[in-house]
Amino acid sequence: MTTTNTNSDNNSITAVEIGKPRGGPNVKTLRKDKWWLQPLFTSIGLGLFVIYGIWAAFRNGNYFAGAMGRNYLSPFYSPCVTHGCQYTTVPIVGSWYNISPAIIILIFPMGFRMSCYYYRKAYYRSFWFSPPACAVSEPHKKYSGESKFPLILNNIHRYFWYAAVVFGVVLTVDAVNAFRFPNNQIGMGLGTVVLVINAVLIWLYTLSCHSCRHLTGGKLNLFSKAPIRLWFWKKVSKINPHHQLFAWLSLIWIAFTDFYVYMVASNMIHDPRFF
Amino acid sequence: MADLNVKLWRGDDNGGELVDYTIEAQEGEVVLDVVHRIQATQAPDLAVRWNCKAGKCGSCSAEINGKPSLMCMTRTSVFEPGETITITPMKTFPIIRDLVTDVSFNFKMLKKVPALKPKAREADGTYRMFQEDIERGQEFRKCIECFLCQNVCHVIRDHEENKTNYAGPRLFIRYADLEMHPLDTNDRLSLLQDKMGLGMCNITKCCTEVCPEHIHITDNAIIPLKERVVGDRYDPLVWLGKKIFRKSKTKVAVTE
Repeated sequence: MTTTNTNSDNNSITAVEIGKPRGGPNVKTLRKDKWWLQPLFTSIGLGLFVIYGIWAAFRNGNYFAGAMGRNYLSPFYSPCVTHGCQYTTVPIVGSWYNISPAIIILIFPMGFRMSCYYYRKAYYRSFWFSPPACAVSEPHKKYSGESKFPLILNNIHRYFWYAAVVFGVVLTVDAVNAFRFPNNQIGMGLGTVVLVINAVLIWLYTLSCHSCRHLTGGKLNLFSKAPIRLWFWKKVSKINPHHQLFAWLSLIWIAFTDFYVYMVASNMIHDPRFF
Repeated sequence: MADLNVKLWRGDDNGGELVDYTIEAQEGEVVLDVVHRIQATQAPDLAVRWNCKAGKCGSCSAEINGKPSLMCMTRTSVFEPGETITITPMKTFPIIRDLVTDVSFNFKMLKKVPALKPKAREADGTYRMFQEDIERGQEFRKCIECFLCQNVCHVIRDHEENKTNYAGPRLFIRYADLEMHPLDTNDRLSLLQDKMGLGMCNITKCCTEVCPEHIHITDNAIIPLKERVVGDRYDPLVWLGKKIFRKSKTKVAVTE
């Protein structure tokens, strides 16, 4: 049935008619390529990280390698803010808190990634099938996108970005601390390299964020009156197209960094020292 | 050369079906050439819209093996020998006949876009703009209005009822172009969020994937517009800053 909705403008020129017959066969998709591979790999990748993240967050041990002569702190437990930490960065939370400190910390990076424009695309396609791939029908009967609760909450992404900047600074401090060895020696182990790469990837992911791009200069219409912001906006715009790549690299590497610290702290492996 | 097996959608608003055609392959052809040869030799009543055959007019949009594409920009050499090429009209728009669809939805939505309203001229009677202020919008003006982005967008492709309150990616780049214009004084953000469905876009980037002009629709238009809406509506720090520093809007809100 054809219906006309004038969208309250009472103007027949702009009245949109809906319900007219469409062409083409009524099938889910006519695509012949392996369109399902990308959502499959994405869901496997994100699923594996979630499983690892839960194990790492509730492990509550072997996240600082101080006992092995290495100043390595897992990024899952940094900044460690409880009195019960193996290595306390800032003692904000008292000794009454006796479950894993990672649970407090991970709220922020998790919120940052959950509301990230790239991850939104990834989970809408892979988990919610909305749509699973381009020109492949989605299974839902109704759709309101990010215009209603709860998905409208994704609009708070920039607040998680502010927190992510703080985390970037903290993880950079952790990477610098990884050069400190017992007896006030400066040195470098394989774990130092791992932590430095982790900090670099976290910064690349944080600074290539779309909210960062907006805040540095995207919201301006007159760049000519703000040359410094234009300079920053251009730099962010250069790395922004690689946001998806940095999202994956930093995700994989942060899990690897935690596992490496775990292996060193639990004496499963010996961390080689270069100097 | 070997034969090409082509399935073409034949029909109108009363229904239709995929019809098989076999035609000799020729080197260097694009899909539109094949359709034209079928029209010339086997199906003289076949309806197909086309114009420039150079990827610049945006007329020959269709779905080739399920992928929204320009027929004039899809080489037949990309298909495996013996592979059947299925050509159907754009799914999102009402069918007129065969491969021709009614794309008037897009022009109706275009008419709803509040036009540029420039600020007052300078003392010498001129407008001055700097290159760095206008070059962002130049990407958006590459649009050839093929409407492949509108066609692939699942918000209206899978949910016809959303057409009444969703402008779609092609129009979002038009809004972005105007919103970022250094001379413009209209504020379209409330209109975009409340009536044009900006919040319904879940940034799955299919519009960007199918754009033959390689416009970064999502990254450079839709997400910046979403971020502007966040600043205008959902960011308490921005709101507080405006109150404290008494920063009034330089733009005037428009509805439609």
